[in-house]
Amino acid sequence: MNPASPSFGKSLFELLSSMRFAISLLSILAVASIIGTVLKQAEPYSNYFIQLGPFWFQVFEKLGLYDVYHAAWFLLILTFLVASVSVCITRNAPNFAREMKSFREHVSEQSLNAFKHRHEAATAHPPEALAASAQRYLEGQGYKVKSLPREDGVLLAAKAGSWNRLGYFLAHSAIVLICIGGLMDGNLVFKVQQVLGTKKIETRDIPQSQVPAISRLSPSNPSFRGSVQIPEGSSADVAFLNVADGYLVQDLPFTVALKKFRIEHYTTGQPKSFESDIELFDRSGKKIREATIAVNHPLIHDGVAIYQASFADGGTRLTLRGWNLFAPTASAFPVEGVVHQSATLTSAAGDHTLEFIDFRPFNIENMGGEIEKSGDAMSVLGGSPISDKKHLRNVGPSFQFKLRDARGQAREFSNYMLPLELDGRWYLMSGVRESPNEAFRYLRMPLDAGGNIDSFMRLRGALLNAELRPEIAARFARQALPQNAWGTEIEDKLKFSATQVLALFAEGGFQSLGRFIEEKVPTAEGEKAAGTYLRILELAAFEALQIANRQDGLPAPKGDDATGWLVRDTLNSMSDMFVYGAPIYLQLTQYDEVKASGLQLTRSPGKMVVYFGSFLLTLGVFFMLFVRERRVWLCIKPGHALLAMSSAKHTIDFEKEFTQHAQALDTLTK
Amino acid sequence: MELALNQPTPLLKRLSWFDWLFAAVVATGSLFALSRFGDYMDIYEKAILLAAIPSLAVFGWFWKQVRPLFIVVGAISLFAISQYQGNLARMEEAFFLKYLISSQAAIMWMCALFGLATLTYWAGLLARSEFTMKTASAMTWSAVALGFVGLMVRWYESYLIGADVGHIPVSNLYEVFVLFCLITAMLYLYYEARYQTRQMGAFVLLVISAAVGFILWYSFDRGAHEIQPLVPALKSWWMKLHVPANFIGYGSFSLSAMLGVGYLLAARGILASRLPTLEVIDDMMYKAIAIGFAFFTIATILGAMWAAEAWGGYWSWDPKETWALIVWLNYAAWLHIRLVKGLRGPMLAWWAVVGLFVTVFAFIGVNMFLSGLHSYGTL
Repeated sequence: MNPASPSFGKSLFELLSSMRFAISLLSILAVASIIGTVLKQAEPYSNYFIQLGPFWFQVFEKLGLYDVYHAAWFLLILTFLVASVSVCITRNAPNFAREMKSFREHVSEQSLNAFKHRHEAATAHPPEALAASAQRYLEGQGYKVKSLPREDGVLLAAKAGSWNRLGYFLAHSAIVLICIGGLMDGNLVFKVQQVLGTKKIETRDIPQSQVPAISRLSPSNPSFRGSVQIPEGSSADVAFLNVADGYLVQDLPFTVALKKFRIEHYTTGQPKSFESDIELFDRSGKKIREATIAVNHPLIHDGVAIYQASFADGGTRLTLRGWNLFAPTASAFPVEGVVHQSATLTSAAGDHTLEFIDFRPFNIENMGGEIEKSGDAMSVLGGSPISDKKHLRNVGPSFQFKLRDARGQAREFSNYMLPLELDGRWYLMSGVRESPNEAFRYLRMPLDAGGNIDSFMRLRGALLNAELRPEIAARFARQALPQNAWGTEIEDKLKFSATQVLALFAEGGFQSLGRFIEEKVPTAEGEKAAGTYLRILELAAFEALQIANRQDGLPAPKGDDATGWLVRDTLNSMSDMFVYGAPIYLQLTQYDEVKASGLQLTRSPGKMVVYFGSFLLTLGVFFMLFVRERRVWLCIKPGHALLAMSSAKHTIDFEKEFTQHAQALDTLTK
Repeated sequence: MELALNQPTPLLKRLSWFDWLFAAVVATGSLFALSRFGDYMDIYEKAILLAAIPSLAVFGWFWKQVRPLFIVVGAISLFAISQYQGNLARMEEAFFLKYLISSQAAIMWMCALFGLATLTYWAGLLARSEFTMKTASAMTWSAVALGFVGLMVRWYESYLIGADVGHIPVSNLYEVFVLFCLITAMLYLYYEARYQTRQMGAFVLLVISAAVGFILWYSFDRGAHEIQPLVPALKSWWMKLHVPANFIGYGSFSLSAMLGVGYLLAARGILASRLPTLEVIDDMMYKAIAIGFAFFTIATILGAMWAAEAWGGYWSWDPKETWALIVWLNYAAWLHIRLVKGLRGPMLAWWAVVGLFVTVFAFIGVNMFLSGLHSYGTL
């Protein structure tokens, strides 16, 4: 081998220990880390597919960008960093250790003379006496001093701040330790098993008991971070680990049971605390522990930490009144539902699937209302820090469901249990949207004087009932015309118009009426016609309500403003019904809430290693940055003293200190 | 001959009566708080309070100006609290509270004083007037005092709103911006005294004024000054350690960036005759980054420990964590180049300026553009 060209091993060593390489690694690591903050990590793969399109989705997947921080190439950068730091430590360790101990007493006078920081003084004191006083001075300044007799005098070799070098060891070994600790808590074991084919990610949506052994991890798995959702009164003995586009099932060494999940609120409605009362049972079913966990207060059992991570509905039982919106009657039918479960609705329009998604016991809504700015000093100073939360209000429980038709098309609904006051009148609200990224559009159903939607439903049924139309039209015409016009052609015409308007409205609300006017009435008279039709509709609807009340054996509606608004709101609401997208409305009457708590379970054996590393890092950084290493030599010969000073870092502080020592020497030699 | 040498005396012997008085005030105050409110604190909060006694005492011994600052802030805060008489509505009735020392009034005065100080530093710099710059320093000190009073009173006000609402005012973006202004200003004032040079104030106060501008916009336009109760994840004693440590880091990095700007200008001959020598600016810049790096390291470690308790893992690669790492790596590289390679000059100054953008992104950008676990301050 040619001795002039260094071996591969030697060059690698040189590369790894070079500062340029280390700096490059730090920069590459920083840039690589940015990727994961810009692209949301560990989302469902379908989201990425929609976001990126088929081509880039594959490219990004190959690069492991959906989980950058566990990608092979990212781990490779980290490995290089650890290697580089380790090589630096091994390379510098022996030297630094020697340096820390050494006083560099073998320095020659010639080399001292070549120092940039040197100061000479003539003296009348005998060398030994001067050496003794100078040693006292240096020791007082925090130096360790070694006094060495020389042939013709004394050499004082002094050093201070050797811990700076210790800091180097501490800080750099800390980086290695932290990386090792992090690696211990990573999913490296699984990755190896995956490559070997002994473990596989489960991507099917199946009950966890059916997940095959190849996708399960044993309770002895040294490190994991999984989550599980437990409804109140239930238990779990597994946790789920999300990996790439699937999951793994982690069998736990115990069973966790959730007794109760609690949310407390501040008076403003914001959540104050989330707590779960849990019990742990061993595999044989014996209770081992009982505890309450909360955010910031996990339970650690047998090396497994259990955290309060989230909450959800755990299967609340809902008692509902179903209304057929397009039936010419006003009778409700009972529906029972359980959140997270489905039910089938059979109707003339075909079968529908009801999928209950969620139940919320509270809904804090912003009810608008600008904060009034007062013109006094407080507003000049930015206003009072006391928050005005009057516009926030709890509008009560709501439940969410999807209604899926026979073709599989679904709309999402959100129905409130309690009425809401809008513009001084009360309504029951039902929100609807086609996809999750849309905002809800609301159907507002007016309440009657009794606070129910029954009047609305009754009127709606009557207006949709074709059989009632002749009677409504007749009553309307009699009411609208003076008595002398009764039985004339005018009355027949009016009856005909009313029947026609009612039929059109029952077909498709205001939209059908609008279409009719557009087609049949000359444009110039359109607006006038619309006004007339609307008037006819409102008056006819009032008659319809009279009839409907009579049929149900109820007193006749009063002819007051409230009834007027009820009729108008009913017409608006009915018109919206045609674009509501569901043939039924589900009214929540009762619920039995069951909450579920989302727990996170982790076992991280590397945590203490990381913490120890962090401690060393802190010490190391402080030693390196705030302990200045410097050396002083004083070469004393009869009649002459030479002070020399050195440091690895020539800062202003160093210059100041040198000046001080030089002045001290002048004083001592006087 | 040895008497003339000014041998360093041990620390305890160097302390004056004022030093001891200061320590006694700190200890009395803390112990009083412990005896009066100890029942509401958990063991960690008590430990933090007790550890604050020696830390503050030593801090005051080390940097003498802290002693009067502490006593003035304490006295005004106590006066403000007494003015409340336990009634929040007094904020708009009592004269002193309404115009001077309710939390919001004090913070607005802080903003005004920082703005004035900026202008005054520039006037002093351009006119080469030492007296003007002294005035600017005094304004900065006053702003710092009023800012701290504002935070202290805000702390008290939060408990007046509700016993369960009360918390240390470092919990949202508005409060930490005030903290940022105070810490940056204090770091600068320390170096101003240490290096006996006031010229860099013109530059450093610019970044503080920018933060003040943000505070004003944030409170007038977004109503961010309202005291909000803590979300469950923030209800922890870790907040008292993690947040201030972090802001010593952010403050120092911002300080170093502004020194970097001064360095680059001076190196091109702009204002060079009015600014300190390049060597001095360079040294200040290094010191600021060293302090910042040390505290940022601690803050990130504390953050990881808190995360291990709140989120279930000491490191989740959350955007805020990741950006903290990026900031840390950035300054680690800066220090390596400076310390190991011994490099000085414009390159490092440029790097410190660019570092400000990285820091600002980690500080606000993450909250604005990226979502994650650490979303406690949104815009």
